[in-house]
Amino acid sequence: MSEEGIVKKLMYVNRKAPYGTIYALESLEVVLIGAAFDQQVSLAFVDDGVYQLTRSQNTDGIGMKNFSPTYAALGDYDVRHIYVERESLEARGLTVEDLMPLTYEDEDDDWAEKESLRVVDSSELATLMGEQDVVLSF
Amino acid sequence: MPLEVNGKSYETDEEGYLANINEWEPGLADAMAEADGTSLGDNHWEVINFLREYYEEYQIAPAVRVLTKAIGKKLGKDKGNSKYLYELFPYGPAKQACKYAGLPKPTGCV
Repeated sequence: MSEEGIVKKLMYVNRKAPYGTIYALESLEVVLIGAAFDQQVSLAFVDDGVYQLTRSQNTDGIGMKNFSPTYAALGDYDVRHIYVERESLEARGLTVEDLMPLTYEDEDDDWAEKESLRVVDSSELATLMGEQDVVLSF
Repeated sequence: MPLEVNGKSYETDEEGYLANINEWEPGLADAMAEADGTSLGDNHWEVINFLREYYEEYQIAPAVRVLTKAIGKKLGKDKGNSKYLYELFPYGPAKQACKYAGLPKPTGCV
């Protein structure tokens, strides 16, 4: 895409548990493909979607590929804003400690490793959604 | 069409990508390169090994833009550019090198 192309703010909202339906994996693949188009991308995880980011997933018993390590590659794809809704975590007895650390390397700051994941409450998330040009829900 | 290497048969998809990533061995990369009319040197292997490590860690083959940036960081700026990578892998660094590395085609490659 050309330098002067229009940069839109895109948010992918993930609401479903990682396995059992194809939504989580499809969303992740769309994000990775879409990252080639130089848009300003953010991800939000709400409801059962917060389970997508939990540590130590093991899919041996269900015969599906464990794709959770791929979330750690999002930083390489310039996805630097990952929001997790606080209320959804709390309702499931989870804290940020139960989630995978997600970082990106800031090229403009000598490749310093920075946090991409941020826990936000639902009112802040609503504000962030309101600022988007496009919200895609999975 | 299955690929025959050293008396063993390996299943591949219609584009020549290895069906089972766990069956990969270095001899396969050489055989695939030979079938493409080329041979692999140390510079090729740097990229192939990098891709295998990336897949091991993240369970995906990186997009070419990501590959280029990561190679530049790991192996130096003179290697982290499209020109260098396309000279090594003229069919497209992500596609061709991933094939030799036994990885699936990168997500988003058409």
